[in-house]
Order: sequence, then C-alpha cells, then structure tokens
Amino acid sequence: MTEAIEPQAVGVPKDARPIKLACRNVWKLFGANAADFIRQRDGKASPADIAGAGLVGAVRAVDLEIRQGEIFIIMGLSGSGKSTLVRCMSRLVEPTHGKVEFEGKDLLKISDAALIELRRHRMGMVFQNFALLPHLNVLENIAFPLSIQGQDRATREARAREVIELVGLRGREHFYPRELSGGQQQRVGIARSLATKPEIWFLDEPFSALDPLIRREMQDELMRLQTMLHKTIVFITHDFDEAIRLADRIAIMKDGEVIQIGTPEELVVNPATDYVAEFTRDVDRAKVISARSLMRACDGSEHGGTVSPEAKISSFSGSIVSAGKPFAVVNGTGKPIGEVTPQAVIDLLAGIEHKSARA
Amino acid sequence: MTVTASASAARPPVQRWLAVWALALAAVLVVFLLQESLPWAVNYPTEAVVPVADWISVLMRWVKSNFSWLTRSITAVLGVPLDLALNLLAKNFKIGHGADAFALPRLSWVGVCAAAFLAGHAAGGRKLGVLVAGCFAYIALFGQWTSAMLTLGLISIAVPFCIVTGLFVGIWAWRRPWAERLIVSPALDLMQTIPTFAYLIPMLLLFGNSPVSAMIATAIFATPPMVRATMLGLARVPSEIDDFSEMAGCTARQKLWRVLLPSARPTLMVGVNQVIMLALNMVIIASMIGAGGLGYDVLLALRALKVGEAMEAGLAIVALAIALDRLSQAIAHNHAQGQTYRAASPVFWRRYPNLTLAVAILAATTLLSLFVPAFAAVPKAITFTTAPLWKAAVSWVTINFFDTIEAFRVALILNVLNPVRAFCEGFPWLGAVFLLGLAGYQLSGLRLAFLVAALTAFCAITGLWEKTMATVYLCGLSAFISCLIGIPIGLMASRSDRFEKTVTPIIDTLQVLPSFCFIIPVVMLFRVGDVTAMIATVAFAVVPAIRYTNHGIRQVPPALIEAAKVSGCTPRQTFFRVQLPLALPEIMLGVNQTILMALAMIIICAMVGTRDLGQEVFIALSKADSGRGIVAGLAIAFIGIVADRLFSAWTAKARSRLG
Repeated sequence: MTEAIEPQAVGVPKDARPIKLACRNVWKLFGANAADFIRQRDGKASPADIAGAGLVGAVRAVDLEIRQGEIFIIMGLSGSGKSTLVRCMSRLVEPTHGKVEFEGKDLLKISDAALIELRRHRMGMVFQNFALLPHLNVLENIAFPLSIQGQDRATREARAREVIELVGLRGREHFYPRELSGGQQQRVGIARSLATKPEIWFLDEPFSALDPLIRREMQDELMRLQTMLHKTIVFITHDFDEAIRLADRIAIMKDGEVIQIGTPEELVVNPATDYVAEFTRDVDRAKVISARSLMRACDGSEHGGTVSPEAKISSFSGSIVSAGKPFAVVNGTGKPIGEVTPQAVIDLLAGIEHKSARA
Repeated sequence: MTVTASASAARPPVQRWLAVWALALAAVLVVFLLQESLPWAVNYPTEAVVPVADWISVLMRWVKSNFSWLTRSITAVLGVPLDLALNLLAKNFKIGHGADAFALPRLSWVGVCAAAFLAGHAAGGRKLGVLVAGCFAYIALFGQWTSAMLTLGLISIAVPFCIVTGLFVGIWAWRRPWAERLIVSPALDLMQTIPTFAYLIPMLLLFGNSPVSAMIATAIFATPPMVRATMLGLARVPSEIDDFSEMAGCTARQKLWRVLLPSARPTLMVGVNQVIMLALNMVIIASMIGAGGLGYDVLLALRALKVGEAMEAGLAIVALAIALDRLSQAIAHNHAQGQTYRAASPVFWRRYPNLTLAVAILAATTLLSLFVPAFAAVPKAITFTTAPLWKAAVSWVTINFFDTIEAFRVALILNVLNPVRAFCEGFPWLGAVFLLGLAGYQLSGLRLAFLVAALTAFCAITGLWEKTMATVYLCGLSAFISCLIGIPIGLMASRSDRFEKTVTPIIDTLQVLPSFCFIIPVVMLFRVGDVTAMIATVAFAVVPAIRYTNHGIRQVPPALIEAAKVSGCTPRQTFFRVQLPLALPEIMLGVNQTILMALAMIIICAMVGTRDLGQEVFIALSKADSGRGIVAGLAIAFIGIVADRLFSAWTAKARSRLG
C-alpha cells in the first residue's frame, strides 16, 4: 500500500523524504512468558496460537514507516491496540518483539540515559486527558519539560511564552489547569509538548475528550501549526472523519493488527477489507477523491477548464457542473494527462458507483 | 432466564455448605457437652501453655541491656526539638540556675489564639477562623491552657516525624511491590489492630517514663495512615501523567518528586489529617508513660474519681481535637480543589500576609507578656471552672434517677451480659479454632483458613483463652448493639436529606473525639464495670455503621433505581429488592469497621475495670512486664485480624457476585 503514492506536482516527492520512524514486525503480547513465546516462533504467530498460549495480543506484527514531515494517523476503535502501538513507538511500553527504528537506529537497544536524552529533545507527546500537572500554572506547566532539562528560569520562561503565543493562550499564563476549559487545557498540552522543539510529535487522541465544535476548531489549529512547523506527526484517533481531515496517510488497526495503510483517497477508493469499507461508507467522497482518480483518457471533446490531478472533486464540482463540459487534468508542466466529465462528478456526488470511471 | 439458571446452578453448593455447618456445629456442641471427659478441648491445659511471654521478656531485657547506648542517644537527640516545642508553647525557657535564673517567656496565649484565628481564616474563611480561635479561647478560659499546650507541643513534633517517615515508607512500598506485599501491608495491618496500650510497654521499657518515649509511641502509632495515603496517592496518579513524565524525559527521581508526589497531594493531605487526629488520640493515652498534658489530667481525675475535673479536661481535648481536625481538613480540601490564580508579589509580607501577621502578633504579645502578666498566663479572674457544675449535675442525676439507672444496669448485667459471658467463656477453644477455620475456608480458601485457625490457636496456647473470650464477648456484644443502632440510623439518613444533615455533624464530631473522652460521662452515671465499658464502646463504634450504611445506600446508581421504578416497584420494593442488596457489601464493610473500633475501645475500657485482655495489658503496663503486655497485645491484634479477614473475604465475595 505504501508505495502507491505518486510524485506530487510541486515540492519534494512524498516518498523521497527520509524515513523518520519505522516499526518492523512489532509485537506486544501480555501474559506469562510472552517474549519466549514469540521468539520461539520467529516473530510469527496466528491469533489461534496466541489464544492457545493464554496470551493477549495487543499489537501484532506491525510494520510501518513514517516519513519526515508527514501526518501519519493510526485509526482504530477502542481496544484495537492503537494506544499500545504508539506507546511502543516511544517505548513507554516495551514491545515484546520486533524493532522500532528512529532514523534507522533501533530504539529498543539504546540505553536509558540515551532514551531520556531522546525524549527530552526530539520527542513530544500530547495526551487525551491533557495530563497537565495540577499544582503548576500554565506557564510552569509549559516550562516544565525545559526545567527538567535544567534550563534556567529566564530561558525556559522566555521559550514558554513563545509557545503560549503560538497556541493563542496569551493572558492566561498564571491560570491553573482547573480554571481552564477543555479546549484551553489541550492548548496547554500542545504548547508544552512543543516547548522542547521536538522532531517527532505523538498525539494520542488529543481531541477526543473535547466537544465536537471545539474539536473542529482544534483540528484547524493543528493544521495551522503544522504548516508553520512541519513536524513528523503520529496522530491516534478513533474518529474516521478526523483522520480524513488531517491525514497524509492513515493506518487502520483492528485487533492489534494494521489492516491497511494508505492515503484517505486510497482507503476510500480501494478498501482492503470489508471492515475498512464499512468505515469509508459514509465519507463525503467529493472531499476525498481527487481528479486523478476520476479522470479518463481525453476523447478530444472541448474542455471547460483545467484542474490539477490532486484537486479534490469538491473543489471544482460546482464549476464543472455549471460549465457542462469536461475539465482537462493537467500536470505540473501544463500537459493534459486526462479529463474529468461532469457526468462522472454528478455520479460521484449522487453516490453511484462507476468502476469504469477509474480505469 | 439466565438469572434463574445461574441461581439453580448455585443452589447445590449452598446446600452442601449448610450440611457442613450443621455437622460442624453439632460436633462443637458435643465437645461442649462432654467437657467433663474432654477438658483439654474446652480449656487449654495449663501445663501445655507455651511461655511466649517469658521469651519476649528475656528478649526485651537483652535489648535493653545491650542497646542502652542507642536508646539513650535517641532520647537525647529527640529530646532537643521536643524540649524546644514544649518550652515555646507551655513551659517558658529557663536560662541559668538558681536565684539569678532568667526565664524567657513562652508564647503568649493571646498571641496563640490570634494566630489560630489567622490560620483558620486563611484556610477556610472567617467562619473557620472564629471556630478555631474559639476552641483555643475555650481552652484558655477554662484554665486548661498549660496542659493543652503540652499536648499540642508533643503533637507538633510527632506529626512532622510521622509524615516524613510515612512518606518514605509509602514510596518504598510503592516502588517495590514485593516489599508492599511481604512487609509493609502486613505490618500496617498489625499496627492498626494492636491496641494503643501495647505500644506503650516496650517504649516504657526502652526509653523510660518521659515525654520522649510518649512521643516515639505516638509517632509509631500515627504513621500508618500516612504510609497508606502515600501508596494510594501514588497509585491513583493518572497513567497519562505518568506517561507524560516519561516523555518529558524525567529521571526516576524527577518523576517522583516533581510529578507524582505533587499530583498526589490531595490524597497525601487526607493522610496528614488522619495522622494529626491519631497523634492527638495517642498523646492522650501516652500520658500514662509521661506525656503529661490533658491526658494526664484526665487520668489523674479518673483515678481519684473526680468526675468534674475529668470532664473539664476531656472537653478541652474535644476542643483541641475539633480545632486541629477542622483546620487540617480545610487545608486538605483546598489542596483537593487545586490552586487558583493570584497575583504574585515579590515582597515576602505581601506574599504571605497571614503568616507575617501571625508571627508579628506572636512576637508582640510575647514581648508584652514580659511586662504584663495577663499576657503570660491566663489571669485567674477571667477563667472559670465548670467542675462543680458537672459534679452537681451528676449528684442530681444520681439522687433522682439512681433507682432507674441501677435497675437498667442490673437488668443489663443479669439478662444480657452474664449469659453471653458465660457462653463465651465456656466455649471450647478447639471448637472456635475449627469453626473459624471452616468459615475461612468457605469464604476464601485454604490460606485464609490456616491464617484464621493459627491466629485463634495462638490466643489459646499462650494461656490467654479465657481473657480472649472475655474480650470477644464484650467487643462482640458492643459491636452488635452498635450495628443495631447504627444501621437503622444510616438507613434513615440515606432516605432523608434533612435527617442526614442533622446526623452528619454529630458523627463527624464523634469520630474526631479521642477514645478517652467517651469513658468520662458514662463513668459518671454507671460507675466502673462492664456496663460502662459497653456503653462507651457503643458510642465510639456506632459511627462507621451509620456512615457506611448511609453511603452504601446512596451510592446505588440512580439509573438502577430508575430502572426499578420503571419496572413498577413500589418505594418499599425498590428499597428492599434493589437498594439494600446492592448496598450490602458497603454495609458489611461498615460492620467490619465497627468491630475493629469496638475492639480498640474495649481495650481502653480496661481503665474502668473490665476483666479481659485489655486489663492484662493495663496490668503489664503498670508492672512494666513487657512480655505479658506484648503477648496480650498480640492476642488482641489477632482477634481484630481474624474478624477483619473474615469480613473482608465475605465482602469481596459479595462484591464479585454483584460485579
């Protein structure tokens, strides 16, 4: 699935970016002698084997690669192992088997001191229930990771004020967590995790405890921050709409296994299993599917306009229907590579499946 | 369908247990009836008594003679801060000797009352300030100032010691699960069930009759709640906060001191409140080994049967207890609420206005007391005593109601106490070991059965069987009556908010009072003896029965009550078929607490002439016979542990059945 992304029209091709974090056959099993069990089987075990040995498989045989600067979303319902997986990636949970590579180096083999160093400077994490320290005010909470590193008060408070500015909390520096609303508390959580300028940013269901309106606002906020900061983001959610809104790529988990990894469009257009299809059924396709997926070879008819291959259908559906003519799909050099017909757009909006349209 | 199916599936084992119990009881009855031919099964044979007491005495003597350098240096080191606190609060500092000795005055009572007001005001507003200051003023005006300050001085040194020790032991137990399981938890269980008296004996032996040994006994007695609070608080820190500290790159030490402990602060403060109250309770009892203070006043007055004086000192204890409790509870409550934003000022006195003001007032009034005697000691002219009043009241009651009270007392003795006592004391020890073991097996399994049987057997083979049963009889009867009174009150409180509002402050106050205080009024009316012990114990032990019953009924989820109403239950049916069964585990927990509290109180009641294990400890204390006292103390603790384990197992079983 991962190799299916084609080069972008502008900028660095997505899959040419270096791999920041990778999981190689990562397992987390709970139960007696779980490590021996999986080692003896050479890192392979069926669900029946695991159940037979009296173990519980929280994470099973996960292989994935997260590239620098992408928003990688791990999506799954509760109990699917997504939180355990992200804790394996940061070694909050020690995986039973496999490798977690940070810039090609096996995280599981580094010393405790090196791990602390890595977490202090290169990783940040945001939690579902904010995990703010109740005895510190906003400023002290945000400066806390810096003070742990031994920075002096002036330096760390200057940096804390910078990130407070960034997340829009100015004027609340001296409030205590319980005096803030949920959305504000999570802004503090975000600011705190950004204070150390991490390279990789773990967000564990950061917006799930917020009500829907605030959640949307925070999603926009996250996108705004990402356009400025270009972090490598691992984002956990159980909300497929949220995943589609934010993701560069999504990994869908079920019962501890990753069942499909792909862009939102790939998941919608080409679900690997019925389980994935079930999630994607109610998705607004026009917002996910791009011109590239809907185009066909030009048949020489007159074009009413041009669109790029990445343009989402929803961005030009109105104009193409009112123009009543096919739009040409042109790549970066201005060369037409195909066309999208108004009929195909109407069918898509009406929910009529047209397998032939993709061909 | 499933309910009936599981019920019928569960029926056969229940019937089997019924048969087993019938057989067991029959067997014990046979032993009871055959006591002429099987005397060794009823009364433990004297020649087979294991002389554990002698062994312990020898051991203690050896420790005393070989470690006196250690105990002496401990006394010397702990004596320094203690003397400082006692001089500061109660005794004045004496500099120099003889005629040219110069006394630096103690803190003025006016200043202490003002500081108490400020502390209350800062922690809980004007109302609390007035209450706390009122309690202190009451103590001053009733002429109990010096004694109360001696007591307060001891507490003020013992409590920080308890908090620090408790914190470190709690952290250790939390870090090392094996230590918690193998050492800390059993030790805490034992410490909380060993009667307060039993702590005094080894202290008396090792450290002599002095405030220091009283302080050490207090510190040991009052530490367990802090250990428990620390363990609980650390375990309750949300796992996300734990994860956060890891991700921020905290070292183990930074994680503990900068993240986990501050996050656990509300729970820790609850522990501090309990430490203070236990320390007060123990300081009163430790007056027997030289603590002095209010407890000593009560003790002297009770020994001389001066009921009025005892009552006065007792009320001063109550005032002190209420002041300390409300103050520390308000502080704990503030911590649980979390901090709020206040503009910080760099100037010290602006940042801590109350503290600065309190120190200033204390300094000023104390300086004044050098010149104005009224500031140094409460002037006789404004103190008043109620002792004659109490005495008159007692005489009036005795003159007018003597017959009624006496009739009540005699009826109680003849119809209730004596038959139960005869039954208990005649109960075969082998039968008790067997039946309790069987109960343990049914409720939990072989391990509990062995534990219960072994602890029961200990009481018999150390030759204390008769005294043990005397304790069981009085404690059991008192606990039974407490439940008989407490559970209905709790049920009523759970059904009426207004009634609950009246009951809550009363039981809160009852719970705060040191156990000593319950004896005084009862002694006034019923003189010494088992009846007095029983009534005082009932008053002391009724609190948990009320509290847990009320809480148990009220915590039944509203959704279930709504479900019951929707299914057409009458209020009566809702109560008996839904609320009561669901609250039963909680109520059983209350009964368990009631039994433990009754046991603790019965032992104190040795002072009013019971003839049980408490008396044994009491005698050992006066003779400084450590072996005898410690063995009797252990026997008491074992009664408590047996009751506690059986009830806990029962509650756990009921809980797991309810899911």
